[in-house]
Amino acid sequence: MLKVGYKILFYGAVVLLAAIVLMPFLWMLISSLKTQVDIVAWPPKFVFSPTFQNYYKVFGEQDFIRYFINSTVVAAFAVGVSLLLGLPAAYSIARFSQRRLALVILLARLMPGISFLMPWYIIFSRLGLMDTYVALVLSHVLITLPIVVWIMSSYFETIPIELEESAMVDGASRNYIFLRIILPLSGPGIITATTLAFIFSWNNFLFSQVLSMERTRTLPIAVFNFLSYADIDWGGVMAASVAIMAPALVLTMIFQRYVVSGLTMGAVKG
Amino acid sequence: MTHNSYADSNIRWIYPLPAILFVALLMVFPVLYTTYISLTNWTLTSGNAPSFVGLENFGQVLIEPRFLQALWRTMVFTISAVAAEAVLGVAAALLLDRAFVGRNLVKLLLLLPLVATPVAVGIVFNLFYDPTIGLANYVLESLGLPASSWISDASTVLLSLVIVDVWQWTPMITLIVLAGLAALSDEPAEAARIDGASEWQIIRLITIPMVMPVIVTAVILRLIDALKTFDIIFAMTGGGPGYASETLNLIGYKYSFEYFRMGQAAVILVVLFLIVLACSVAITRLSKRRAA
Repeated sequence: MLKVGYKILFYGAVVLLAAIVLMPFLWMLISSLKTQVDIVAWPPKFVFSPTFQNYYKVFGEQDFIRYFINSTVVAAFAVGVSLLLGLPAAYSIARFSQRRLALVILLARLMPGISFLMPWYIIFSRLGLMDTYVALVLSHVLITLPIVVWIMSSYFETIPIELEESAMVDGASRNYIFLRIILPLSGPGIITATTLAFIFSWNNFLFSQVLSMERTRTLPIAVFNFLSYADIDWGGVMAASVAIMAPALVLTMIFQRYVVSGLTMGAVKG
Repeated sequence: MTHNSYADSNIRWIYPLPAILFVALLMVFPVLYTTYISLTNWTLTSGNAPSFVGLENFGQVLIEPRFLQALWRTMVFTISAVAAEAVLGVAAALLLDRAFVGRNLVKLLLLLPLVATPVAVGIVFNLFYDPTIGLANYVLESLGLPASSWISDASTVLLSLVIVDVWQWTPMITLIVLAGLAALSDEPAEAARIDGASEWQIIRLITIPMVMPVIVTAVILRLIDALKTFDIIFAMTGGGPGYASETLNLIGYKYSFEYFRMGQAAVILVVLFLIVLACSVAITRLSKRRAA
Protein backbone atom coordinates (compact mmCIF):
# COMPACT_ATOMS: atom_id res chain seq x y z
CA MET A 1 0.00 0.00 0.00
CA LEU A 2 2.79 2.35 0.99
CA LYS A 3 4.62 1.39 -2.16
CA VAL A 4 1.67 2.32 -4.40
CA GLY A 5 1.27 5.67 -2.63
CA TYR A 6 4.95 6.38 -3.10
CA LYS A 7 4.73 5.53 -6.79
CA ILE A 8 1.77 7.86 -7.33
CA LEU A 9 3.63 10.63 -5.53
CA PHE A 10 6.75 10.04 -7.59
CA TYR A 11 4.99 10.03 -10.95
CA GLY A 12 2.95 13.03 -9.88
CA ALA A 13 6.17 14.95 -9.26
CA VAL A 14 7.64 13.85 -12.60
CA VAL A 15 4.51 14.86 -14.51
CA LEU A 16 4.46 18.25 -12.76
CA LEU A 17 8.12 18.77 -13.69
CA ALA A 18 7.47 17.83 -17.32
CA ALA A 19 4.42 20.11 -17.44
CA ILE A 20 6.39 23.12 -16.19
CA VAL A 21 9.15 22.50 -18.71
CA LEU A 22 6.71 22.02 -21.61
CA MET A 23 4.23 24.78 -20.78
CA PRO A 24 5.94 27.71 -22.57
CA PHE A 25 6.51 25.59 -25.69
CA LEU A 26 2.92 24.41 -25.73
CA TRP A 27 1.51 27.89 -25.16
CA MET A 28 3.71 29.25 -27.93
CA LEU A 29 2.44 26.56 -30.31
CA ILE A 30 -1.18 27.02 -29.25
CA SER A 31 -1.01 30.80 -29.59
CA SER A 32 0.60 30.53 -33.01
CA LEU A 33 -2.52 28.65 -34.17
CA LYS A 34 -4.97 31.23 -32.83
CA THR A 35 -6.53 34.26 -34.45
CA GLN A 36 -5.79 37.62 -32.85
CA VAL A 37 -9.36 37.64 -31.47
CA ASP A 38 -8.79 34.28 -29.73
CA ILE A 39 -5.43 35.37 -28.36
CA VAL A 40 -6.71 38.51 -26.65
CA ALA A 41 -9.78 36.72 -25.24
CA TRP A 42 -10.22 36.67 -21.47
CA PRO A 43 -10.22 34.18 -19.81
CA PRO A 44 -7.56 32.58 -22.07
CA LYS A 45 -9.09 30.14 -24.56
CA PHE A 46 -8.00 26.53 -24.37
CA VAL A 47 -10.52 25.33 -26.94
CA PHE A 48 -10.59 27.12 -30.27
CA SER A 49 -10.53 26.38 -33.98
CA PRO A 50 -6.90 26.34 -35.11
CA THR A 51 -5.75 28.33 -38.10
CA PHE A 52 -2.49 28.47 -40.02
CA GLN A 53 -3.00 32.09 -41.05
CA ASN A 54 -0.17 33.30 -38.79
CA TYR A 55 2.28 30.98 -40.50
CA TYR A 56 1.12 31.99 -43.99
CA LYS A 57 1.55 35.61 -42.99
CA VAL A 58 5.04 35.17 -41.49
CA PHE A 59 6.42 32.99 -44.25
CA GLY A 60 4.59 35.03 -46.89
CA GLU A 61 6.92 37.90 -46.11
CA GLN A 62 9.95 37.71 -48.36
CA ASP A 63 12.12 39.12 -45.59
CA PHE A 64 11.45 36.34 -43.11
CA ILE A 65 12.72 33.71 -45.55
CA ARG A 66 15.81 35.87 -46.11
CA TYR A 67 16.48 36.09 -42.36
CA PHE A 68 16.09 32.32 -42.16
CA ILE A 69 18.70 31.91 -44.90
CA ASN A 70 20.99 34.46 -43.20
CA SER A 71 20.84 32.56 -39.91
CA THR A 72 21.59 29.29 -41.68
CA VAL A 73 24.50 30.71 -43.67
CA VAL A 74 26.08 32.41 -40.65
CA ALA A 75 25.72 29.35 -38.41
CA ALA A 76 26.99 26.97 -41.10
CA PHE A 77 30.09 29.04 -41.84
CA ALA A 78 30.76 29.70 -38.15
CA VAL A 79 30.63 25.95 -37.46
CA GLY A 80 32.77 25.17 -40.51
CA VAL A 81 35.48 27.67 -39.55
CA SER A 82 35.36 26.46 -35.93
CA LEU A 83 35.93 22.87 -37.02
CA LEU A 84 38.84 23.90 -39.25
CA LEU A 85 40.50 25.88 -36.47
CA GLY A 86 39.27 23.84 -33.54
CA LEU A 87 39.87 20.22 -34.53
CA PRO A 88 43.68 20.48 -34.85
CA ALA A 89 43.85 22.66 -31.73
CA ALA A 90 41.71 20.21 -29.74
CA TYR A 91 43.85 17.29 -30.94
CA SER A 92 47.01 19.05 -29.83
CA ILE A 93 45.46 19.97 -26.45
CA ALA A 94 44.42 16.36 -25.89
CA ARG A 95 47.67 14.77 -27.10
CA PHE A 96 50.09 17.11 -25.34
CA SER A 97 47.92 17.96 -22.28
CA GLN A 98 48.04 21.70 -23.10
CA ARG A 99 45.80 22.74 -20.21
CA ARG A 100 46.75 26.39 -20.27
CA LEU A 101 45.90 26.64 -23.95
CA ALA A 102 42.56 24.96 -23.29
CA LEU A 103 41.82 27.54 -20.61
CA VAL A 104 42.56 30.49 -22.91
CA ILE A 105 40.12 29.19 -25.49
CA LEU A 106 37.58 28.38 -22.79
CA LEU A 107 37.83 31.99 -21.60
CA ALA A 108 36.21 33.01 -24.87
CA ARG A 109 33.19 30.97 -23.77
CA LEU A 110 33.11 32.54 -20.30
CA MET A 111 33.79 36.22 -21.05
CA PRO A 112 30.85 38.57 -21.67
CA GLY A 113 30.43 39.01 -25.41
CA ILE A 114 29.69 42.68 -25.03
CA SER A 115 33.25 43.43 -23.93
CA PHE A 116 34.49 42.33 -27.37
CA LEU A 117 31.53 43.74 -29.19
CA MET A 118 32.24 47.44 -28.79
CA PRO A 119 35.75 47.22 -30.29
CA TRP A 120 34.43 44.98 -33.07
CA TYR A 121 31.77 47.55 -33.83
CA ILE A 122 34.40 50.27 -34.15
CA ILE A 123 36.86 48.16 -36.14
CA PHE A 124 34.30 46.55 -38.45
CA SER A 125 32.84 50.01 -39.17
CA ARG A 126 36.26 51.35 -40.15
CA LEU A 127 36.93 48.32 -42.38
CA GLY A 128 33.52 48.67 -44.02
CA LEU A 129 32.52 45.23 -42.77
CA MET A 130 29.33 46.21 -40.98
CA ASP A 131 26.28 44.29 -42.18
CA THR A 132 28.42 41.65 -43.93
CA TYR A 133 28.52 37.89 -43.49
CA VAL A 134 32.26 38.16 -42.79
CA ALA A 135 31.77 40.23 -39.62
CA LEU A 136 28.91 38.08 -38.39
CA VAL A 137 30.68 34.79 -39.04
CA LEU A 138 33.87 36.02 -37.34
CA SER A 139 31.91 37.08 -34.26
CA HIS A 140 29.96 33.82 -34.14
CA VAL A 141 33.15 31.76 -34.40
CA LEU A 142 34.11 33.18 -31.02
CA ILE A 143 30.99 31.41 -29.68
CA THR A 144 31.36 28.18 -31.61
CA LEU A 145 35.14 27.68 -31.43
CA PRO A 146 35.27 27.13 -27.63
CA ILE A 147 32.41 24.63 -27.94
CA VAL A 148 34.28 22.65 -30.60
CA VAL A 149 37.60 22.75 -28.74
CA TRP A 150 36.04 21.84 -25.40
CA ILE A 151 34.04 18.88 -26.70
CA MET A 152 36.65 17.58 -29.14
CA SER A 153 39.64 17.72 -26.78
CA SER A 154 37.69 15.59 -24.31
CA TYR A 155 36.73 13.26 -27.14
CA PHE A 156 40.26 12.88 -28.53
CA GLU A 157 41.47 11.95 -25.04
CA THR A 158 39.28 8.85 -25.17
CA ILE A 159 40.99 7.52 -28.34
CA PRO A 160 43.71 5.06 -27.30
CA ILE A 161 47.18 6.42 -27.97
CA GLU A 162 48.42 2.93 -28.96
CA LEU A 163 46.66 3.40 -32.31
CA GLU A 164 48.87 6.37 -33.07
CA GLU A 165 52.02 4.77 -31.76
CA SER A 166 51.72 1.73 -33.98
CA ALA A 167 50.99 3.98 -36.98
CA MET A 168 54.06 6.02 -36.15
CA VAL A 169 56.18 2.87 -36.02
CA ASP A 170 54.93 2.16 -39.53
CA GLY A 171 56.28 5.55 -40.58
CA ALA A 172 53.05 7.57 -40.79
CA SER A 173 53.35 11.33 -40.39
CA ARG A 174 51.39 13.27 -37.75
CA ASN A 175 49.19 14.78 -40.43
CA TYR A 176 48.42 11.35 -41.81
CA ILE A 177 47.60 10.02 -38.34
CA PHE A 178 45.33 12.98 -37.56
CA LEU A 179 43.53 13.08 -40.89
CA ARG A 180 43.33 9.36 -41.72
CA ILE A 181 43.21 7.63 -38.35
CA ILE A 182 41.96 10.00 -35.65
CA LEU A 183 39.31 12.02 -37.52
CA PRO A 184 37.57 8.96 -39.04
CA LEU A 185 37.20 7.62 -35.49
CA SER A 186 35.76 10.89 -34.18
CA GLY A 187 32.32 10.85 -35.77
CA PRO A 188 30.27 11.00 -32.54
CA GLY A 189 32.42 13.80 -31.10
CA ILE A 190 32.18 15.84 -34.28
CA ILE A 191 28.39 15.35 -34.39
CA THR A 192 28.11 16.60 -30.80
CA ALA A 193 30.33 19.61 -31.42
CA THR A 194 28.65 20.51 -34.71
CA THR A 195 25.12 20.23 -33.30
CA LEU A 196 25.79 22.33 -30.22
CA ALA A 197 27.89 24.91 -32.04
CA PHE A 198 25.19 25.29 -34.70
CA ILE A 199 22.46 25.75 -32.07
CA PHE A 200 24.42 28.34 -30.08
CA SER A 201 25.22 30.33 -33.21
CA TRP A 202 21.60 30.06 -34.36
CA ASN A 203 20.31 31.38 -31.02
CA ASN A 204 22.75 34.27 -30.72
CA PHE A 205 21.07 37.63 -30.48
CA LEU A 206 23.54 40.22 -29.23
CA PHE A 207 26.22 39.99 -31.93
CA SER A 208 23.75 40.07 -34.79
CA GLN A 209 21.77 42.87 -33.16
CA VAL A 210 24.85 45.12 -33.27
CA LEU A 211 26.76 43.93 -36.33
CA SER A 212 23.96 43.24 -38.82
CA MET A 213 21.52 45.55 -40.47
CA GLU A 214 18.95 45.05 -43.19
CA ARG A 215 21.08 42.84 -45.45
CA THR A 216 22.46 40.20 -43.09
CA ARG A 217 19.89 40.37 -40.29
CA THR A 218 19.38 36.99 -38.60
CA LEU A 219 16.21 35.40 -37.26
CA PRO A 220 16.44 36.33 -33.55
CA ILE A 221 16.59 40.01 -34.53
CA ALA A 222 13.66 39.58 -36.92
CA VAL A 223 11.58 37.91 -34.21
CA PHE A 224 12.50 40.63 -31.72
CA ASN A 225 11.51 43.35 -34.20
CA PHE A 226 7.94 42.01 -34.19
CA LEU A 227 7.66 43.50 -30.71
CA SER A 228 8.42 47.03 -31.82
CA TYR A 229 4.95 47.59 -33.27
CA ALA A 230 2.59 49.44 -30.96
CA ASP A 231 -0.12 46.80 -31.39
CA ILE A 232 1.71 43.50 -30.99
CA ASP A 233 0.61 40.84 -33.47
CA TRP A 234 0.89 37.99 -30.94
CA GLY A 235 -0.14 35.28 -33.39
CA GLY A 236 2.52 36.36 -35.88
CA VAL A 237 5.27 36.65 -33.30
CA MET A 238 4.39 33.23 -31.83
CA ALA A 239 4.47 31.63 -35.29
CA ALA A 240 7.85 33.28 -35.86
CA SER A 241 9.04 31.98 -32.48
CA VAL A 242 7.97 28.45 -33.40
CA ALA A 243 9.84 28.78 -36.68
CA ILE A 244 13.03 30.00 -35.04
CA MET A 245 13.00 27.35 -32.30
CA ALA A 246 12.01 24.42 -34.50
CA PRO A 247 15.44 23.68 -36.05
CA ALA A 248 17.25 23.67 -32.69
CA LEU A 249 14.54 21.55 -31.05
CA VAL A 250 14.49 19.05 -33.92
CA LEU A 251 18.30 18.78 -33.96
CA THR A 252 18.22 18.18 -30.22
CA MET A 253 15.65 15.43 -30.50
CA ILE A 254 17.65 13.69 -33.24
CA PHE A 255 20.98 14.00 -31.47
CA GLN A 256 19.68 13.83 -27.88
CA ARG A 257 22.44 11.55 -26.60
CA TYR A 258 25.17 13.71 -28.08
CA VAL A 259 23.69 16.99 -26.92
CA VAL A 260 23.41 15.75 -23.32
CA SER A 261 27.01 14.58 -23.28
CA GLY A 262 28.18 17.82 -24.87
CA LEU A 263 26.38 20.01 -22.35
CA THR A 264 27.39 18.02 -19.28
CA MET A 265 30.79 16.46 -19.97
CA GLY A 266 32.81 19.54 -19.16
CA ALA A 267 31.36 19.95 -15.69
CA VAL A 268 31.55 16.29 -14.72
CA LYS A 269 35.05 15.82 -16.01
CA GLY A 270 36.19 19.09 -14.42
CA MET B 1 58.78 10.56 -44.42
CA THR B 2 61.69 12.93 -43.76
CA HIS B 3 59.96 15.75 -45.61
CA ASN B 4 57.46 15.87 -42.77
CA SER B 5 59.89 15.85 -39.89
CA TYR B 6 59.71 19.61 -39.26
CA ALA B 7 55.94 19.56 -39.08
CA ASP B 8 56.02 16.39 -37.02
CA SER B 9 58.34 17.70 -34.35
CA ASN B 10 56.54 21.04 -34.07
CA ILE B 11 53.01 19.74 -34.29
CA ARG B 12 52.23 20.89 -30.75
CA TRP B 13 52.23 24.51 -31.79
CA ILE B 14 51.45 24.27 -35.51
CA TYR B 15 48.07 22.61 -34.88
CA PRO B 16 46.76 25.06 -32.30
CA LEU B 17 48.33 28.14 -33.94
CA PRO B 18 45.39 29.18 -36.17
CA ALA B 19 42.98 28.92 -33.23
CA ILE B 20 45.37 30.88 -30.98
CA LEU B 21 45.78 33.63 -33.56
CA PHE B 22 42.02 33.83 -33.99
CA VAL B 23 41.38 34.16 -30.26
CA ALA B 24 44.19 36.70 -29.89
CA LEU B 25 42.81 38.81 -32.71
CA LEU B 26 39.12 38.63 -31.83
CA MET B 27 39.22 38.37 -28.04
CA VAL B 28 42.49 39.47 -26.49
CA PHE B 29 43.04 42.49 -28.70
CA PRO B 30 39.45 43.78 -28.35
CA VAL B 31 39.60 43.47 -24.55
CA LEU B 32 42.83 45.51 -24.50
CA TYR B 33 41.25 48.03 -26.87
CA THR B 34 38.20 48.35 -24.61
CA THR B 35 40.50 48.97 -21.66
CA TYR B 36 42.28 51.69 -23.63
CA ILE B 37 38.97 53.32 -24.60
CA SER B 38 37.94 53.36 -20.94
CA LEU B 39 40.85 55.76 -20.37
CA THR B 40 39.77 58.14 -23.13
CA ASN B 41 37.11 60.73 -23.51
CA TRP B 42 35.29 59.55 -26.59
CA THR B 43 31.80 59.98 -27.92
CA LEU B 44 31.25 58.32 -31.26
CA THR B 45 28.62 60.84 -32.34
CA SER B 46 30.90 63.86 -31.77
CA GLY B 47 33.31 62.82 -34.53
CA ASN B 48 36.31 63.76 -32.37
CA ALA B 49 39.25 61.42 -31.94
CA PRO B 50 39.63 59.78 -28.53
CA SER B 51 41.65 61.93 -26.11
CA PHE B 52 43.42 60.39 -23.14
CA VAL B 53 41.84 61.36 -19.82
CA GLY B 54 43.29 58.77 -17.43
CA LEU B 55 40.86 57.48 -14.86
CA GLU B 56 38.34 60.31 -15.27
CA ASN B 57 35.66 58.00 -16.73
CA PHE B 58 36.05 55.59 -13.84
CA GLY B 59 35.62 58.48 -11.39
CA GLN B 60 32.41 59.53 -13.14
CA VAL B 61 30.80 56.17 -13.84
CA LEU B 62 31.67 54.31 -10.64
CA ILE B 63 29.79 56.84 -8.47
CA GLU B 64 26.83 57.27 -10.81
CA PRO B 65 23.63 56.06 -9.11
CA ARG B 66 22.36 54.46 -12.32
CA PHE B 67 25.55 52.38 -12.57
CA LEU B 68 25.59 51.43 -8.89
CA GLN B 69 21.96 50.37 -9.05
CA ALA B 70 22.67 48.27 -12.14
CA LEU B 71 25.62 46.66 -10.36
CA TRP B 72 23.48 45.85 -7.31
CA ARG B 73 20.63 44.60 -9.52
CA THR B 74 23.02 42.34 -11.43
CA MET B 75 24.10 40.77 -8.14
CA VAL B 76 20.53 40.37 -6.90
CA PHE B 77 19.37 38.87 -10.20
CA THR B 78 22.32 36.51 -10.47
CA ILE B 79 22.33 35.27 -6.90
CA SER B 80 18.58 34.77 -6.59
CA ALA B 81 18.30 33.06 -9.97
CA VAL B 82 21.25 30.74 -9.44
CA ALA B 83 20.28 29.93 -5.84
CA ALA B 84 16.80 28.89 -7.00
CA GLU B 85 18.27 26.94 -9.91
CA ALA B 86 20.71 25.13 -7.63
CA VAL B 87 18.04 24.05 -5.14
CA LEU B 88 15.45 23.07 -7.76
CA GLY B 89 18.04 21.57 -10.09
CA VAL B 90 19.58 19.30 -7.46
CA ALA B 91 16.14 18.32 -6.15
CA ALA B 92 15.00 17.39 -9.65
CA ALA B 93 18.20 15.40 -10.25
CA LEU B 94 17.72 13.43 -7.02
CA LEU B 95 14.12 12.79 -8.04
CA LEU B 96 15.04 11.54 -11.51
CA ASP B 97 18.10 9.51 -10.49
CA ARG B 98 16.37 6.13 -10.62
CA ALA B 99 14.98 3.76 -13.21
CA PHE B 100 11.40 4.56 -14.21
CA VAL B 101 9.12 4.44 -17.22
CA GLY B 102 9.67 7.52 -19.40
CA ARG B 103 13.02 8.52 -17.94
CA ASN B 104 14.52 9.13 -21.37
CA LEU B 105 11.57 11.23 -22.44
CA VAL B 106 11.91 13.40 -19.32
CA LYS B 107 15.62 13.85 -19.99
CA LEU B 108 14.82 14.92 -23.55
CA LEU B 109 12.27 17.43 -22.26
CA LEU B 110 14.88 18.86 -19.89
CA LEU B 111 17.14 19.58 -22.87
CA LEU B 112 14.58 21.66 -24.71
CA PRO B 113 14.79 24.87 -22.61
CA LEU B 114 18.58 24.80 -22.93
CA VAL B 115 18.49 24.94 -26.71
CA ALA B 116 15.49 27.25 -27.02
CA THR B 117 16.29 30.66 -28.54
CA PRO B 118 16.44 33.02 -25.51
CA VAL B 119 14.88 35.97 -27.33
CA ALA B 120 11.89 33.86 -28.33
CA VAL B 121 11.65 32.47 -24.79
CA GLY B 122 11.51 36.04 -23.51
CA ILE B 123 8.73 36.90 -25.95
CA VAL B 124 6.66 33.86 -24.94
CA PHE B 125 6.99 34.87 -21.29
CA ASN B 126 5.96 38.40 -22.26
CA LEU B 127 2.70 36.89 -23.47
CA PHE B 128 2.41 34.94 -20.18
CA TYR B 129 2.98 38.10 -18.15
CA ASP B 130 0.67 40.35 -20.18
CA PRO B 131 -1.58 41.95 -17.56
CA THR B 132 -4.78 41.77 -19.61
CA ILE B 133 -4.50 38.55 -21.63
CA GLY B 134 -1.66 36.64 -19.94
CA LEU B 135 -1.82 33.13 -18.54
CA ALA B 136 0.14 34.15 -15.42
CA ASN B 137 -2.64 36.34 -14.06
CA TYR B 138 -5.24 33.77 -15.10
CA VAL B 139 -3.47 31.22 -12.90
CA LEU B 140 -3.26 33.68 -10.00
CA GLU B 141 -6.97 34.49 -10.34
CA SER B 142 -7.94 30.82 -10.48
CA LEU B 143 -6.05 30.32 -7.25
CA GLY B 144 -7.92 33.25 -5.72
CA LEU B 145 -4.81 35.44 -5.61
CA PRO B 146 -4.65 39.10 -6.67
CA ALA B 147 -3.38 39.83 -10.19
CA SER B 148 0.19 41.08 -10.58
CA SER B 149 1.68 43.60 -12.99
CA TRP B 150 4.72 41.34 -13.54
CA ILE B 151 7.22 43.04 -15.85
CA SER B 152 5.35 46.34 -16.09
CA ASP B 153 5.88 47.19 -12.41
CA ALA B 154 9.27 48.22 -11.02
CA SER B 155 8.74 46.19 -7.85
CA THR B 156 8.00 42.87 -9.57
CA VAL B 157 10.00 43.10 -12.79
CA LEU B 158 13.23 41.59 -11.46
CA LEU B 159 11.47 38.61 -9.89
CA SER B 160 9.54 38.05 -13.14
CA LEU B 161 12.84 37.95 -15.05
CA VAL B 162 14.39 35.62 -12.47
CA ILE B 163 11.49 33.20 -13.05
CA VAL B 164 12.29 33.10 -16.78
CA ASP B 165 15.97 32.43 -16.10
CA VAL B 166 15.06 29.72 -13.59
CA TRP B 167 12.72 28.09 -16.10
CA GLN B 168 15.32 28.08 -18.85
CA TRP B 169 18.47 27.08 -16.93
CA THR B 170 17.45 24.87 -13.99
CA PRO B 171 17.55 21.83 -16.36
CA MET B 172 21.23 22.58 -17.00
CA ILE B 173 22.02 21.94 -13.33
CA THR B 174 19.72 18.93 -13.25
CA LEU B 175 21.42 17.30 -16.24
CA ILE B 176 24.93 17.99 -14.97
CA VAL B 177 24.11 16.65 -11.49
CA LEU B 178 22.36 13.61 -13.03
CA ALA B 179 25.55 12.85 -14.98
CA GLY B 180 27.53 13.29 -11.76
CA LEU B 181 25.19 10.97 -9.86
CA ALA B 182 25.47 8.33 -12.58
CA ALA B 183 29.26 8.34 -12.13
CA LEU B 184 29.00 7.70 -8.35
CA SER B 185 29.51 4.31 -6.80
CA ASP B 186 26.43 2.81 -5.11
CA GLU B 187 28.42 1.13 -2.36
CA PRO B 188 28.49 3.84 0.34
CA ALA B 189 24.72 4.31 0.06
CA GLU B 190 24.13 0.54 0.12
CA ALA B 191 26.34 0.14 3.19
CA ALA B 192 24.45 2.92 4.98
CA ARG B 193 21.11 1.35 4.02
CA ILE B 194 22.21 -1.97 5.54
CA ASP B 195 23.22 -0.07 8.68
CA GLY B 196 19.66 1.23 8.87
CA ALA B 197 20.05 4.80 7.61
CA SER B 198 16.87 6.46 6.31
CA GLU B 199 16.61 7.55 2.65
CA TRP B 200 16.73 11.21 3.73
CA GLN B 201 19.88 10.60 5.77
CA ILE B 202 21.52 8.85 2.82
CA ILE B 203 20.73 11.76 0.49
CA ARG B 204 21.82 14.42 2.97
CA LEU B 205 24.91 12.76 4.43
CA ILE B 206 26.21 10.59 1.59
CA THR B 207 24.84 11.36 -1.87
CA ILE B 208 24.95 15.18 -1.75
CA PRO B 209 28.46 15.41 -0.25
CA MET B 210 29.74 12.93 -2.82
CA VAL B 211 28.25 14.83 -5.76
CA MET B 212 29.11 18.25 -4.27
CA PRO B 213 32.10 19.00 -6.55
CA VAL B 214 29.86 18.56 -9.59
CA ILE B 215 27.17 20.76 -8.03
CA VAL B 216 29.71 23.49 -7.30
CA THR B 217 31.06 23.42 -10.86
CA ALA B 218 27.55 23.58 -12.30
CA VAL B 219 26.62 26.47 -10.02
CA ILE B 220 29.72 28.51 -10.92
CA LEU B 221 29.12 27.91 -14.63
CA ARG B 222 25.58 29.18 -14.12
CA LEU B 223 26.79 32.16 -12.06
CA ILE B 224 29.06 33.24 -14.91
CA ASP B 225 26.27 32.94 -17.46
CA ALA B 226 23.64 34.58 -15.25
CA LEU B 227 25.93 37.60 -14.70
CA LYS B 228 25.93 38.06 -18.47
CA THR B 229 22.18 37.62 -19.01
CA PHE B 230 21.18 39.91 -21.83
CA ASP B 231 18.77 38.46 -24.35
CA ILE B 232 15.71 37.86 -22.19
CA ILE B 233 16.03 41.17 -20.34
CA PHE B 234 16.58 43.15 -23.53
CA ALA B 235 13.69 41.42 -25.30
CA MET B 236 11.24 41.51 -22.39
CA THR B 237 11.79 44.89 -20.75
CA GLY B 238 14.68 46.67 -22.45
CA GLY B 239 15.82 47.50 -18.91
CA GLY B 240 12.50 49.07 -17.91
CA PRO B 241 10.15 50.15 -16.58
CA GLY B 242 12.39 53.19 -16.13
CA TYR B 243 15.72 51.65 -15.23
CA ALA B 244 14.14 49.03 -12.95
CA SER B 245 15.59 45.96 -14.70
CA GLU B 246 18.84 47.41 -16.00
CA THR B 247 21.79 45.11 -15.35
CA LEU B 248 25.47 45.81 -16.10
CA ASN B 249 25.20 44.11 -19.46
CA LEU B 250 22.12 46.15 -20.39
CA ILE B 251 23.60 49.46 -19.26
CA GLY B 252 26.86 48.62 -21.08
CA TYR B 253 24.88 47.99 -24.25
CA LYS B 254 22.95 51.26 -23.93
CA TYR B 255 26.01 53.38 -23.24
CA SER B 256 27.77 51.78 -26.23
CA PHE B 257 25.15 51.42 -28.89
CA GLU B 258 22.38 53.84 -27.92
CA TYR B 259 24.27 56.81 -26.41
CA PHE B 260 27.62 56.07 -28.10
CA ARG B 261 29.46 57.32 -24.99
CA MET B 262 32.31 54.91 -25.69
CA GLY B 263 34.66 55.99 -22.91
CA GLN B 264 32.06 55.58 -20.17
CA ALA B 265 30.64 52.43 -21.77
CA ALA B 266 34.12 50.91 -21.73
CA VAL B 267 34.33 51.47 -17.96
CA ILE B 268 31.14 49.43 -17.50
CA LEU B 269 32.43 46.70 -19.81
CA VAL B 270 35.75 46.56 -17.94
CA VAL B 271 33.92 46.19 -14.61
CA LEU B 272 31.67 43.42 -15.98
CA PHE B 273 34.69 41.76 -17.53
CA LEU B 274 36.60 41.79 -14.23
CA ILE B 275 33.66 40.31 -12.30
CA VAL B 276 33.30 37.48 -14.82
CA LEU B 277 37.06 36.97 -14.88
CA ALA B 278 37.11 36.60 -11.09
CA CYS B 279 34.39 33.92 -11.29
CA SER B 280 36.29 32.18 -14.10
CA VAL B 281 39.51 32.12 -12.09
CA ALA B 282 37.52 30.59 -9.23
CA ILE B 283 36.23 27.82 -11.48
CA THR B 284 39.66 26.97 -12.90
CA ARG B 285 41.21 26.94 -9.41
CA LEU B 286 38.49 24.61 -8.31
CA SER B 287 38.87 22.22 -11.23
CA LYS B 288 42.64 22.21 -10.77
CA ARG B 289 42.28 21.32 -7.10
CA ARG B 290 40.01 18.45 -8.04
CA ALA B 291 42.34 17.22 -10.75
CA ALA B 292 45.23 17.22 -8.30
